[in-house]
Amino acid sequence: MAEKAPLREVRVVGRVLAVNERMAEENRRRFTARGIFVVNLMSSPGSGKTSLLQKTLQALAERVSAAVIVGDVATTHDAERLAVTGVPVVQVNTDAFGGDCHLAAHVIEKAAEHLDLGAVELLFVENVGNLVCPAEFDIGEDVRVVVLSVTEGEDKPVKYPAMFRTCHAAILNKIDLLPHLDYDKARALAFIRQVHPGMPVFETSARTGEGLEAWVGWLLEGLERKRASGRR
Amino acid sequence: MHEMGLALEILEIARASIPADLPSARVARVNLRVGKLAAVVPESLRFCFEIAARETPLAGAELAIEEIPVSARCRACGERWTVTEPVFLCRACGGGAVEILSGRELDIVSIEVFDGSEGENG
Repeated sequence: MAEKAPLREVRVVGRVLAVNERMAEENRRRFTARGIFVVNLMSSPGSGKTSLLQKTLQALAERVSAAVIVGDVATTHDAERLAVTGVPVVQVNTDAFGGDCHLAAHVIEKAAEHLDLGAVELLFVENVGNLVCPAEFDIGEDVRVVVLSVTEGEDKPVKYPAMFRTCHAAILNKIDLLPHLDYDKARALAFIRQVHPGMPVFETSARTGEGLEAWVGWLLEGLERKRASGRR
Repeated sequence: MHEMGLALEILEIARASIPADLPSARVARVNLRVGKLAAVVPESLRFCFEIAARETPLAGAELAIEEIPVSARCRACGERWTVTEPVFLCRACGGGAVEILSGRELDIVSIEVFDGSEGENG
């Protein structure tokens, strides 16, 4: 038998988030089988994500049947604001799942049960307002989009590089406010470019509708690509 | 911010890795690799793990965290370097086609268990 408590090392080699990653792949398979294009929308609180989504849904209304899963630590205010667009909305309050900082794959799976997926072409997931944790959790999306607004610091991209590295597009929102601010837009764009060179950036105002067309066009292209790959 | 959730996952994986021939073994250490780009604060993770491990075979186990630097490779010119600031432009050619080679890890590497634990015939 052993001497005084010798140690035995047991190799494990596993991803800590393996369970989430497995469930995310499961979600991705399920959505892809139906040709649903899934967009994970992330930002810090107060970037205008919900307003932007409202306007985006209105712009898509005639062309695409969309649905939304909206995550929040608490309250159903965002879901109520989105419901006026007539699009199916599922609200998730993350505190009920013991994690208040991000949406995890199993939460999306549960939420999707409340949607008629056969009738959905484009699924938006409005993640919890947070630029740190959601970057770490795959939910089975096709694209990740980060929204930042001109009322935040220009250096957000370099403060949250993991978020900006893992996204496929960025939206710079509230540009209607630029004349009233000292915001250095060129500096913000340069920071985005240095963290994620080549990532598309859409400059929008959810309030005036400026710039929405290019963003909506990008979404439609993604949806078309997803459909095409499904047909193959 | 989700360190408690991560601590619980680590606890789960580590428990399941305790060898079958040492069912009552106590775990001395859990070896972890955490990339600098992973959204994890090592100090919070250690703190959460300590609490989560109470009254389990991992009670008192040390969470040894090896921090992995962010390394990158330029797809255009092949340059490899360690990224120390949030700038993902090639330091040699200035190009933007940069591939991240490491820095996103959040892996359990191994556990170290007391062999012949608690003096009993394990």
